[in-house]
Amino acid sequence: MRISKSPWLLHYDGSSCNGCDIEVLAATTPRFDVERFGIINTGNPRHADIFLCTGGVNSQNQDVVRQIYDQMPDPKVVLACGICACDGGIFKECYNILGGTDTVIPVDVYVPGCAVRPEALIDGVVKALKILDEKADKMKHGGYRSLTSAEYAEKLKEGENA
Amino acid sequence: MAGKRSVIPFGPQHPVLPEPIHIDLVTEDEKVVEAIPSIGFIHRGLESLVTKKDFNDMVYVAERICGICSYGHGYGYVDALEHIMSIEVPDRVQYIRTLLFELSRLHSHILWLGLMADAFGFESLFMETWRIREKVLDMLENATGGRVIFSILKIGGLRRDVPDEVMKGFIPELDRIAEEIKACEGAFLLDPAVQSRLRGVGYISGKDAERLGCEGPFLRASGVEWDNRTRGYAAYGEVDFEVITSKEGDSYGRCEVRIKEIYQSISIIKQCIEKMPAGNHSVPVKGFPNGEHMTVIEQPRGGACYYVHSSGKKFIERMRVRTPTFANIPALAETLKGCDVADVPILVVTIDPCISCTER
Amino acid sequence: MLDNLYETELSGLLNKVKEIQNTGAHIMQVCATKIGESYELLYTFGKGYDIKHIKTVVSLGDHVPSITDIFPSAFLYENEIHDLFGIEIEGINHDYRGGLYRTAVEAPFA
Repeated sequence: MRISKSPWLLHYDGSSCNGCDIEVLAATTPRFDVERFGIINTGNPRHADIFLCTGGVNSQNQDVVRQIYDQMPDPKVVLACGICACDGGIFKECYNILGGTDTVIPVDVYVPGCAVRPEALIDGVVKALKILDEKADKMKHGGYRSLTSAEYAEKLKEGENA
Repeated sequence: MAGKRSVIPFGPQHPVLPEPIHIDLVTEDEKVVEAIPSIGFIHRGLESLVTKKDFNDMVYVAERICGICSYGHGYGYVDALEHIMSIEVPDRVQYIRTLLFELSRLHSHILWLGLMADAFGFESLFMETWRIREKVLDMLENATGGRVIFSILKIGGLRRDVPDEVMKGFIPELDRIAEEIKACEGAFLLDPAVQSRLRGVGYISGKDAERLGCEGPFLRASGVEWDNRTRGYAAYGEVDFEVITSKEGDSYGRCEVRIKEIYQSISIIKQCIEKMPAGNHSVPVKGFPNGEHMTVIEQPRGGACYYVHSSGKKFIERMRVRTPTFANIPALAETLKGCDVADVPILVVTIDPCISCTER
Repeated sequence: MLDNLYETELSGLLNKVKEIQNTGAHIMQVCATKIGESYELLYTFGKGYDIKHIKTVVSLGDHVPSITDIFPSAFLYENEIHDLFGIEIEGINHDYRGGLYRTAVEAPFA
């Protein structure tokens, strides 16, 4: 596969049990080493291309997730890492869990697993790279821009009413 | 001249933190004068699931309180219920449980060393420690089938037996890990540049630490001998180990305690493998739990309390987990006072914060 | 069953906690359990490897005194009980006023 960019990752722990977070970190360390593709784990949303979100979203951190997403420049891709980020997982029935990451921001790639295995995560990141390229291409040709979290909330509401 | 006070927010999303915690740092010039922690970003409310999942299935929820100390949480919950239901588990189960507990302590402490290295900006050391940690995860995967969350515990024993030859195969691996840790130990304990970031940072006296209810390596680094493993649960009563303490009381001391505990864990695992008795891997469980019990165990991050209250039904009434980080936060806020803003990330990492445990 | 358990009325709580503090113990945890319509508060203290518990039963309208004057580091536990169970605790040294856990449901365990 041809990699056209060195994408940087940003990781935020929604309300995961930490299991997926350490696997995300483990994916950057020598055994799995996503860094050999030029992928770097950054702490700054404004430098990031790929947003790895672990864990379901709860009522206290939903604004944090939205803010991080909005701060990231276009083109950007969101990965939901682990079953909790996909749909709430084992904590779905808890009173404080709203659901997966896609309840507050649009998600491009869903990576399952409890906890997500680093191999699966790398596969997800590779899929994300393709989407990132497509988005960059669209931006060049058609003035594409990602939905902001507010627009996304609007869209979800319309979907509910329809 | 006294400077003007300003408040610097730290977190929830911060490069050094794998997990969100928020601290308001009230600073005067470069010094922190007060630190106000606020938590709740990962609060899921999983203790409420006891009313929705049957007490056997709650084991898997308990394991998912935290991904790093997952085994310990499962153990604490299972142990509390076994006490309530007066279940005697076979000796072999006790030994395998102890072995797995120490393996997870080993991986947790090595993980912490890596995060610490990352916090003081020594990235190659972070990579090296996490490379070593993968070997521990391989052993855990061999024994249980999972890298992070094992789901091998059940009330009345283990879901499957761990074959003797698998465990015997751990011994040469453990020796290699000990050698490799020895090789990078110097970087933490002897390197002058690292020491200047650790020595004297975040000092807390043993008396204060105890008064504020600290737990684990944080407390032992201030010279207090308090290690719940000496209570002798599982097979800890039958293996040799000494409580490790340090006189330093600062970040350096916490590093020293954890490194020594790595060797201690390796020794405990080897003793377990040597003494491993034959026998069944589980006993049948009948009826529903009725009563209350509090189990206190030693997690990698310190003592943890598991309180279970049940009244003879399929669903227990209350499970409450007091995790070590929860107990350490008041003391963290205390040690942050008077330190430099630049040292805050290191200090937060030295308590080995586990926020998902804390907020559940 | 819990060993070393002292049951006390709410009015005798502070005296009992003070008594335990005088022995040099530290606080290990405070938790609440809903039993029917009332709530059990369980305070746990440790000294050396000995553990002592104090249990008291309260109902929703009761004014529970804070023990943070005696054990300052108990503030997190008491705020947690306030946020999750809706029990009013008076005189906490660091009162988050319901802001420790901002839950979707108010007092989810009540």
